Amino acid sequence: MPEDCIYIARSSAIAARALAGEMMVMNSANSTFFTLNEVATAIFQAADGHTPLREIVRNQICEQFDVDPEQAQADAEQFVAELAAHGILLVSNQPLAAETTR
Amino acid sequence: MAAARQTACVEIGGIPIALSTNDESFLDLLRRRYDGFLSSSLPEFELEFDLTRGGVVSDNDIQVRREGGVWLIERGDFHARWDPRTGRGSVRQNANPYSLDSVLRILHSLILAERGGFLLHSASAICDGRAYLFSGVSGAGKTTMTRLAPADVTLLTDEISYVRPSADGYSAFGTPFAGELARAGENCAAPVCALFFLEKGAENRIDELTSTEAVRRLMRNILFFAEDQALVEKLLATACDFVANVPIRRLTFYPDARVWDEVHNFARNFSRNFQGVPQHA
Repeated sequence: MPEDCIYIARSSAIAARALAGEMMVMNSANSTFFTLNEVATAIFQAADGHTPLREIVRNQICEQFDVDPEQAQADAEQFVAELAAHGILLVSNQPLAAETTR
Repeated sequence: MAAARQTACVEIGGIPIALSTNDESFLDLLRRRYDGFLSSSLPEFELEFDLTRGGVVSDNDIQVRREGGVWLIERGDFHARWDPRTGRGSVRQNANPYSLDSVLRILHSLILAERGGFLLHSASAICDGRAYLFSGVSGAGKTTMTRLAPADVTLLTDEISYVRPSADGYSAFGTPFAGELARAGENCAAPVCALFFLEKGAENRIDELTSTEAVRRLMRNILFFAEDQALVEKLLATACDFVANVPIRRLTFYPDARVWDEVHNFARNFSRNFQGVPQHA
């Protein structure tokens, strides 16, 4: 899948709350619990289903954090793959409805 | 003709639940097992028990899901339905007391989640009118803490703590759900003063936890089985509120009675230095 075409959306099967600058996310289907750091939180919050991941990385991550764009993109793709494997994020090469139902 | 149903009302955490059965010996089992928690209060909920034979007790295959507003609670040894709108439910299980405990624990976990409380895998005890919770994985020292408690400490449980919001924060209630100690807790309650996550070590010390670490540990130890997004959302909100209102620390302890001096000192210092600590019961 070309990198520019990755779209991400938060699953509706999760509960999430921000606390002390970090995002806590729980999957209601299997009770797995994650704490996201600031960078991961920024990506998670921007996962609206219609903004390409590369744009999120450019506008949210590189703007807010002092990181190399290529490294940030690679880290973001790895992070997205991990959360998708746990059912936290939905990934597609087409725009997604935000917070898609399971 | 089937025998008439008889009822025992069991009140845990201030929530009376009528348990009915037409089996005399099962009723005896109920009354003996929950002696100390039997109540004459008007029941808020009712569960009808019908006994079956067979079924293997296992913690690994619990399913709790909502279908059309009715909770379905299933494991190899029981099958329960509970409608929170009517407050009534039914259970098919064998006469195993462990199955009975599990059904009650799951039912209470659902009721509590809706009401901003939770069941926590922890020991708890009342000291000087305030409740202390000691949580951790198996082997972390929950039962050890209760065994080391001074004589004036009231045991609420060595296994499953019952926590509900109250006017002055959160209160912990005694439960009949026992762990290695094999002894039911006292049927009483007190405002929660602190939650300690236990770790055994060479010395006694208390360390701060970040709020996110506290929530992470709390969520890991809350008993909750339901696959239900709305309830999980509520539970996470409750955990965050609890962390914001109750001191939560890591308690590393050497297993002898001096660990309770550490707990007393913490309580004294906390009361002296901070406003808003829960008041005596």
